This record gives sequence, C-alpha cells and structure tokens, in this order.
Amino acid sequence: MAEPIITIENVTRRFGTLAAVDNVSLTVEEGEFFALLGPSGCGKTTLLRMLAGFDNPTEGRILIDGQDVNRIPPNKRPVNMVFQSYAVFPHMTVADNVRYGLNIAGVPRKEQDARVEEALSLVQLDGLGPRKPDQLSGGQRQRVALARALIMRPRVLLLDEPLSALDAKLRDQMRTELSTLQEKVGITFIMVTHDQDEALALATRCAVMNRGLLQQVATPNDLYEFPNSRFVADFIGTVNLFEGQLIVDEPDHAVIRSPELGAGIYFDHGVTGAKGATVWAAIRPEKIELKKRTEGDTAPKMDDTPEGNNVVPGIIRQEVYLGSESTYEVEIESGRRVKVTRSNLTRWDQEDFAIGEAVWLAWHACSPAMLQS
Amino acid sequence: MSQAPGPLEYLRRWPLRAWVTGVAVFLYAPLISLIVFSFNDSKRNVVWQGFTFKYYGKALTDESLLTALSNSLTIALIVTLVSVVLGALSAVLLWRFRFPGKTALEGALSLPIVVPEICMGVAMLVFFAKVLPWPVGMPWPFNLGAIIISHVSFCFPFVTVVVRARLASFNRELEEAAKDLGAGEWRTFRDILIPHIAPSLVAGALLAFTLSLDDFVITFFTAGPDTVTFPVKVYSMVRFSVTPEVNAASTMLMVLTVLATFLALRFQNPAKDLAERG
Ligand SMILES: Nc1ncnc2c1ncn2[C@@H]1O[C@H](COP(=O)(O)OP(=O)(O)O)[C@@H](O)[C@H]1O
Ligand SMILES: [Mg+2]
Repeated sequence: MAEPIITIENVTRRFGTLAAVDNVSLTVEEGEFFALLGPSGCGKTTLLRMLAGFDNPTEGRILIDGQDVNRIPPNKRPVNMVFQSYAVFPHMTVADNVRYGLNIAGVPRKEQDARVEEALSLVQLDGLGPRKPDQLSGGQRQRVALARALIMRPRVLLLDEPLSALDAKLRDQMRTELSTLQEKVGITFIMVTHDQDEALALATRCAVMNRGLLQQVATPNDLYEFPNSRFVADFIGTVNLFEGQLIVDEPDHAVIRSPELGAGIYFDHGVTGAKGATVWAAIRPEKIELKKRTEGDTAPKMDDTPEGNNVVPGIIRQEVYLGSESTYEVEIESGRRVKVTRSNLTRWDQEDFAIGEAVWLAWHACSPAMLQS
Repeated sequence: MSQAPGPLEYLRRWPLRAWVTGVAVFLYAPLISLIVFSFNDSKRNVVWQGFTFKYYGKALTDESLLTALSNSLTIALIVTLVSVVLGALSAVLLWRFRFPGKTALEGALSLPIVVPEICMGVAMLVFFAKVLPWPVGMPWPFNLGAIIISHVSFCFPFVTVVVRARLASFNRELEEAAKDLGAGEWRTFRDILIPHIAPSLVAGALLAFTLSLDDFVITFFTAGPDTVTFPVKVYSMVRFSVTPEVNAASTMLMVLTVLATFLALRFQNPAKDLAERG
C-alpha cells in the first residue's frame, strides 16, 4: 500500500487534567472519505483542529505526506477546513470569499477568475459570485465554505460536522452531494460527526472515539457487524448485549453461558479469550428470528447450532409497526426485554405476532458478536 | 364622548401625563430657550425683541472665540485619532490574550470612566505642574499638548469599551478560516478583524470627538491663557455677561455634539449584522 497521507502517532492533547484526545494512533490513506465518529465532547473536533494546525498535540506527532507538521502553522499546511459555522466572511462577496486563498497565494487575477468560476460551479453556485453572504441560505453558505476550501486544491479537506446545522431535508441532499463531490475531486476528506447514520452513509472508513480514546477504526460494514467493544456495538445502531462466561473455546466454535439469557450462546468461531472470562454477546435486533410457541412444545433447533443454544422462550410485550419492518420487545424468563426487528416481507406479516403472544427467539451461530470489553 | 383609558394606555391617565410633561419641561425648556434666545434681537437676554442671525455673525467673527473653536477642533481631531488607535489596540489586546495582570489592567482602563471629572482635572493639573511641566510658548499645535494628553487619557477607555463590545460578537472561526486559507497574522487582522470592528471604530471615534470637544472640567484645569478651548471660552464669556452671542456659540456647539452622538449611535448598531451568523 502507498504511504498514508495522514499518520497520527500516539497523539494526546490535554486541557489541564482532561485528556481531550488520549493516545490516538491512526492512518488515513489517499482518496479516502474518513469519518471521525463519536458522541459530543469525545475529542473529535480537537483532533481535527490538530490536523489543521489550530491546536498542537501535548504528546505524539502528526505526519502529513510523511512530514512532521507539529511546528507548521495552519497557513502553511496542505490541508483546508470547512468550519462548523462555515465561517464565510460576511463583508466579502461570494466570489471574494472563494478567491481569498488564491489572492494570498498571489495567483494572477485571470487565473483566479477562472478557478473561482470553476469552484462555484463545482458546488452548484454558478452565477452567485456577486452576492453577499447574507443573501444566501444556510445550505448555500456551506457550499461557499466548500468552494473556498476546495479551490486551494488541498491534499486533505477537513470538515467539522458539515451537516449538523442544516435542516433534515437539506441534510439528506447535502449528504449525497458531499459524496459525489468527493468522488469528483478525488481529494481525501476527513469528516467529524456525531451522527452514526451520516458516518455510515458517507465514509469509506470510520474511527469511533469515546472520551478521547480511539475505540475502533473500520469500514462502516465492519463497525456494524464486527464491533470490538460494547461501546461501539451500542453506539452504532441498536443492539442486545448479554453478559456471560466463556465456557467453551475451541478453534471452530465457542459457547457463552449467560444467566441473564437462560441459554447458551453458540458461536461458529473460536476466540482467543481465557476460558471462564467474562465476555459479552452482542446480537442485533434484525438477526433474531421470532417463532410461534405453544405451552409444552420443544424448543426449535437452529440448523447450525447444537441443541439448547441460541434459542430462548419469551412473551411479546410491545410492537411498533414501522411499515417496512416491525420492532418488538420480547420479555424473556429473567425479565430482561430483548429487541427484535422483523421485515414485513408480505402485506400480512405484521399480523403474524401480537402483544402477549408466546414466542421463541432464535438466532444463527454466525449472528452474535463476542465482545471482550 | 371619549372612552375610559384602557389598562395599558398610560398616556391617557392624568398623573402620568403631568409627569411626562413635567420631565419634558425641565429637560428641554432650558435648551429650547437657549436656542430661541440665540435668535433674539436684543442685547439683554430676557425679553423677545425680534428675530435675527446677528449674534451668529458676531460669534463667528469674534477673534478669540474663533481661536477657541479652532483649538477645540484641533484637540478633538488629534484626540480622536490617538484614542481610536490606542482604544482599539487595548481592546484587541484584552480580548485576544491572557496574561498576568489582565484583570488589573481592565480595571485601570475603566478608571477614567468612573473617576469624577473634577478629580481627573485636579490630577492633571498637579501632573502638568509638578511631574511633566508642559513648556509654554510652543508653536501651535504643540502648545495644546497638555490638553490633548489629558483628553486622550479619558477618551480612549470609551473607545476600548465600544470596541470590546463589538469584539464579543466576533466568530473566531472567521479568523481561523483566514489562516487556514494561508493568511498570516497581519493579513488576518487587516482583512477579517478590522472590517468586523469597523463600525465600532467609527462609533468610538465620534464618541471620543464629542467627549473631547465639549469637555470643560478637565480642560479648565489644564488650559493655559493662550490655550483656551471653546467651552472654557464660553464659560469666561458667561462670567462677564450672558449675551445672545454666548447663546449662539452654545447652540453651535450643541448641534455639533448632537450630530456626532447621533452618528456614533448609528454606527454602533448597524441594521444588518452578519458576523454572528458567519
Ligand atoms: N480550548 C479548550 N480548552 C479547554 N477544554 C477544551 C478546549 N477545547 C475542547 N475542550 C474540551 O475537550 C473535550 C473535547 O472537545 P471537542 O474536541 O470539541 O469534542 P467534540 O468535537 O467531540 O464534541 C471537551 O470536554 C471540551 O470541553
Ligand atoms: Mg465538535
């Protein structure tokens, strides 16, 4: 693989005793749409500002194109930023805003004009050059900020919560546009967001942060299907977490006994955990099947799972019909409620199960994820 | 038949009407009579004799009054320039940086605003008598130095206050955006910060101009026989006798200051302010 465009090595940023960013190491490859994802206050912006040069690591170093940038001020870095407030200069016209960086770089006026026009059409603001920012909508101001940064042809474009200030409808539209834009210009994007949907929809890879610590770096698909911790499993999407002991750990299968669940959880892969250790099983609601249950019948058996595992009885306590799917809350023997979603494959599917009905919950051996932290 | 006044129609209740009328009379009657009698065609200032511009002409040809006026304007202009630069810089300094003694400096800056003028005047008198005796007989405008210095000392804190208020609404991401696009410290200051505080600079300038132009107390303590300013001159004329000429001169000064204050207020609250929204 080529040399990463950004390398973050053991970077820590402390504000007093608070480590806003705590020993983070990661790399970003050229051409990626990379997302920094995490709850509010987890240090995403701080990390992004260190990339832009507005802040410096207390410890560790940052390399851009292999060059240590710790001493390089923001105006000398080959990265540009789209700020959360967009920071469009209010006293300049749209064209002058977009031109600003070229002006400072001393680009000849003729070339400036051509590039401004090109940049404005890239973000679909053709002809709005002479406007003042107060004559623009929020979405248009954001496009100005994008054009102003992209015209510099940066190696990396940094975006801080680019969609959070837009209303829901515009947000969906800009989401698509950002993704097309990135493909068109081919510049590496690093985006900060607290919105998991946004990150999953846009990013080629995501870094999930929590309280300054990097939790996991993976593709959206892997984050969802193979989370490495309870935090990630819970933060991305909805999940049922069961605590238990690892009682079987063979190379090709493993079993967790969870008193809370009242059944074994069978995995079709081994883990490298110590036998007897406390671990967690994470099962997504859509990976649990509902089956009818009558008093006294025997538990159904999943074809890839030995008997007595991955099946528990329960009673439906709540049902929410969402059109394309229905979500259920099922109470199991321990009193714990398990979330289940079921696609409505036919027009009658939502009538299959009703509140108060007795059911079996069952899932395949390849469905749950085992978490050791 | 008129209806009984509604609950919020205060102006239709007689005690409030009387109150408002009373306030208006006490506030504005003196000013109005000052202006009216400046047009009175009579040497004595008590009975209306007929309309004339005579005393304006007289005031405008009075050699010593004109000298006083030009002194005042010169002082006000120089004081304005110095105060704006000093005030803006100190405002930016206090806004931008954290340094030891910052709180003390902030307190010290607002001191000239709260200290009674008479104390400032006495302090200036003592200062220029004992600490820094201003040489007499300097050529114009250097003979006005003592007055200028004392005026700056109480005018620039007002500029600082106005500019700081404006800076509070500055979105720091604007500054960072400029740097991100390659601007250094100076260009960021010139291209981004100055345009943002421009209205407050104009407002501060007009404020300083007005304060300096009509200051009497502090000037009285620092002015020498050959550095009489307009307010001081008016005072000495009044001690002699209150002639319509004094009225005319005062009216002109009043119009000047009201105009400057009005402009200052206009610039301080520009109708459109995008800065917060970026
Ligand atoms: N300049 C600063 N001084 C002190 N604390 C700060 C500063 N900037 C950020 N923090 C703190 O660092 C933590 C992370 O902040 P931030 O990176 O803005 O979070 P996020 O963008 O993920 O919401 C927060 O607790 C915040 O209060
Ligand atoms: Mg943030």
